[in-house]
Amino acid sequence: MTMFGPNLIVYEEEFERINAVLARLWMDANAKIVFLVDKNGQQIAAKGDLEKVDATSLASLTAGNVAATDGLARLIGEKEFSILFHEGERDNIHISIVGQRLILVVIFDERSSLGLVRLRVRKAAAELEEVLTQMASKAAEEGQAPASPFAEITDEDIDALFTE
Amino acid sequence: MSFINYASREINCKIVYYGPGLGGKTTNLQYIYERTNPQNKGQLISLATETDRTLFFDFLPLDLGSVRGFRTRFHLYTVPGQVFYDASRKLILKGVDGVIFVADSQEARMDANVESLDNLRTNLRENGFDLALVPYALQFNKRDLAGAVPYDVLLRALNVKGEPTFEAVAPKGVGVFETLKAVAKQVLHELSKK
Repeated sequence: MTMFGPNLIVYEEEFERINAVLARLWMDANAKIVFLVDKNGQQIAAKGDLEKVDATSLASLTAGNVAATDGLARLIGEKEFSILFHEGERDNIHISIVGQRLILVVIFDERSSLGLVRLRVRKAAAELEEVLTQMASKAAEEGQAPASPFAEITDEDIDALFTE
Repeated sequence: MSFINYASREINCKIVYYGPGLGGKTTNLQYIYERTNPQNKGQLISLATETDRTLFFDFLPLDLGSVRGFRTRFHLYTVPGQVFYDASRKLILKGVDGVIFVADSQEARMDANVESLDNLRTNLRENGFDLALVPYALQFNKRDLAGAVPYDVLLRALNVKGEPTFEAVAPKGVGVFETLKAVAKQVLHELSKK
């Protein structure tokens, strides 16, 4: 194990399960957009009307928002605020923490309601936690991980990335 | 902590620009943003005060193309340099893959450089990292200013482990991509060991 702790690695099987959970949540909650981000701001999966938003920025700002709120929680002696809700004139954002590591974001308008979103999020969060557990046990099993795609990376490969 | 998605064949890494206030961290990001093809970059997000001082962070997603069939994305962040934003700085270092320290070459900012470097060491430790092990590059910015401290003096004061060190004039782009490349290289090599 290195100092950096385990990287977050998602394989095909878990990725499909995550996408299935998000798709169901998107439909059941009548949401516009549903997406899953890790606490460092990397977008993992998303479902919905994504053309209209800048998903990468959304992911990064969500993580920043959650990090700042976590900091506030600790200042007053709370472990975390597990749900954040931002209400707008048209659209609303519901943010919840899943398995201490991931952030589930639901964007919805008047076709849905906070109550419905909360209800459906609770179910989806439980399913996502199961997938997370599966990912963790997979990572723990030695020999499971395929060789890093970068195992034989050369300086030339890296230089090529910067040629433009 | 990078994010590797085998299903969509993507790798995302996080690089943080650290250093004293007004040292040019945001300017580094702005130059990279201006000089990158539109298809390879996302929006440059700046959470800044009305006077353009960084309040929480700047963020720039950069798509560097493919390595070994994996799309490689770097997420560049800056921290707010001002001393009293320490809580925010600590948050941004969470899950970092590589750090660039942007030092200010002016004599009057030497104390601020050293203080910020100490602060980096502390905040990395609190996030479970060790400056001695983390992919890291050093940049001496503002080399064009009259009275800039000589390179050797800065090197002695700020170079902690023989890390790659670059002279820069960030608004003109001197040294900007060189510094980024040096740390990106280390990050990718680090990934190859896992």
